[in-house]
Amino acid sequence: MNAATTQKHPLDGMLRTDRIPHIWCPGCGIGTVFSSSLIAISSMGTDPMKTAVVSGIGCSGRGAGYVNLDSYHTTHGRAIPFATGMKLANPELTVVVFSGDGDLFAIGGNHFIHAARRNMDLTVICVNNLNYGMTGGQAAATTPHLAKTSTTQRGNPEGPFNLPLLAYACGATFIARWTMLHTRDLTQSISEALTHTGFSFIEVLAPCPTGYGRKNKLKNSDLLKVYQEKAIIKNGANPAETILDMEQGITLGKFVEYDRPTYADNYKSVNCD
Amino acid sequence: MESAVLSGEHFFNGDVACAEGALAAGCRFFAGYPITPATEIAEHMSKRLPGVGGHFIQMEDEISAMAAIIGASCAGVKSMTATSGPGFSLMMENIGLGIAMETPCVLVNVQRAGPSTGLPTLGAQGDMMQARWGSHGHYEIIALAPSSPQEIFYQTITAFNLSETYRVPVLVMADEIVGHLSERVIIPDASKIKLQSRPRPKGRKDRFKPFHPGPNGVAPMAHAGEGYMVHFTGLTHDERGYPVMTAEAQAEMMERITGKIRRNLDKIIQVEKYRLEDADIAIVSYGISSRSSQAAVDEAREQGIKAGLLRLLTVWPFPEDMIRELARRVKCLITVELNLGQIHLEVQRCSEGKAPALLIGHAGGSAITPEEILEKIKKQASGS
Ligand SMILES: Cc1ncc(C[n+]2csc(CCOP(=O)(O)OP(=O)(O)O)c2C)c(N)n1
Ligand code: SF4
Ligand SMILES: [Mg+2]
Repeated sequence: MNAATTQKHPLDGMLRTDRIPHIWCPGCGIGTVFSSSLIAISSMGTDPMKTAVVSGIGCSGRGAGYVNLDSYHTTHGRAIPFATGMKLANPELTVVVFSGDGDLFAIGGNHFIHAARRNMDLTVICVNNLNYGMTGGQAAATTPHLAKTSTTQRGNPEGPFNLPLLAYACGATFIARWTMLHTRDLTQSISEALTHTGFSFIEVLAPCPTGYGRKNKLKNSDLLKVYQEKAIIKNGANPAETILDMEQGITLGKFVEYDRPTYADNYKSVNCD
Repeated sequence: MESAVLSGEHFFNGDVACAEGALAAGCRFFAGYPITPATEIAEHMSKRLPGVGGHFIQMEDEISAMAAIIGASCAGVKSMTATSGPGFSLMMENIGLGIAMETPCVLVNVQRAGPSTGLPTLGAQGDMMQARWGSHGHYEIIALAPSSPQEIFYQTITAFNLSETYRVPVLVMADEIVGHLSERVIIPDASKIKLQSRPRPKGRKDRFKPFHPGPNGVAPMAHAGEGYMVHFTGLTHDERGYPVMTAEAQAEMMERITGKIRRNLDKIIQVEKYRLEDADIAIVSYGISSRSSQAAVDEAREQGIKAGLLRLLTVWPFPEDMIRELARRVKCLITVELNLGQIHLEVQRCSEGKAPALLIGHAGGSAITPEEILEKIKKQASGS
């Protein structure tokens, strides 16, 4: 046994080590997003016992299964309403939703827009890998126009959501977008989102070499190169001007942070005053 | 703080009585979506919950309502939702989640006639098989059927008690007629209402297995935020809650979640036997239809016919043994229900050919009258 295999990982306390190895493919970007989230949670200074992680279904949704916190792996698309019930039942909890783009914006899109409208005090981290990884790489509501997936074999006739703009229009009060290459910024944004009171949304671009990469003839390194070369960091950018275009550029940054009463604040002032 | 238990005599419709039953049972979280004829339950809960330290939220649909009550229950609060046919259909997937996560919660279905939008304002009992099998996969569920505002008050309390005791979603299968019928409802003193709560873990947190069954087959439940670091999933899982993708793990989990119900049938199933001891003709009915049935039995007895009624307060799990026993000693069984034959199929199955099993039912939209039932009883009695 060599030293490397016995060394403790800095996040060991945060991981269900008895569930490792995980299911994620080599080159998958989810693991990096997951690590950043754990680092942010563990450095939050609040009690990890009071933090719950809720996921939907998908490769990203498996995150809940590896984190050594109270963790709930729910149904496809329903992590946000599950988290809503949990937060309202115990407002002391910090509730983090960790899930995929398909889960949060296709089947679960309705819940996202309403939770943002309510300014429900949740932190939603979306791993956007531009497709449905788990089911073998089908088109998602985030798949670029003309991209190839197993259900758009001649190219995607549809176009994607601009997620930060959607979140902003719905009323989210903290909005950031990073790629999994920008780990320091990402971790910082997740930390801020966790302490922000209100609906926080972080989109993280992460490659899915198995589902998306292969079909679009992208080598493992190609998407990462795009993420690096096309990144335009613009903190405070108007969400309407945050482009996500593999040729023209990918706007990254913390775009929005403002305060307005949360759902719970308003509920209290309406019902209990 | 307002009182959660409104002890005294009231004139309530079934929907309001249901809401008051929930409050008396300790329900402090309601998530729902408006739908006739269940809307009044949500409206009443929205008015009452803030005053008793609880929380009401109107969700964006029934899918999210069902997800929210499971989430709230996982954080330790007794939770419920209420709906009717179309919303019941939307809740099916997350009923399965509640079963797999062994999470207590109560779902009220004030049935209207279907399929689809059907007859929104008129009653039926057409969702009884959906209540049993509507979510995918094999499972056990508990469903109760109230026949009056007073009974729905009590049954809602029973539903919470059963859901807490067995860590399972419990269905209250009411119907539009019971929901909208206003009658006298007596709410007892809070001290007279017996409440159950879910088994809770003791001992070392690091060794706790969230799905390791206790003596009655039910595992103690740890809530989010208590330091047990639990994992709950809808995937097939072991006693630690960890996903295990094998046929063996599937068999083991299924034995756990079905066994805790199957092994406690005598404690779960409640029926009312009315003039059955010496009956030749046994009516089997539940909910609103059992009221007409009871009136018909009385009238038949007046006319010298030995009729009796087995009233199912619990429809699922089905009282199989009672039907078997009845079939051996009566001349015929007649199921009375507001559908084209659902519980009838169960009665037929369990009577095992020992006695003919007949049906009085129609497609929904109005109650079955005592006269229709009496006519059939008389026909059977005269052997014509
Ligand atoms: C109701 C329902 N429909 C479909 C599926 C199949 N399914 C599982 S994961 C998934 C897509 C996941 O995509 P995404 O959320 O982007 O996660 P990823 O795997 O890409 O991380 C689908 C369609 C399901 N589990 N449940
Ligand atoms: S299929 Fe894609 S998203 Fe899923 S683990 Fe593999 S690379 Fe990651
Ligand atoms: Mg995806």
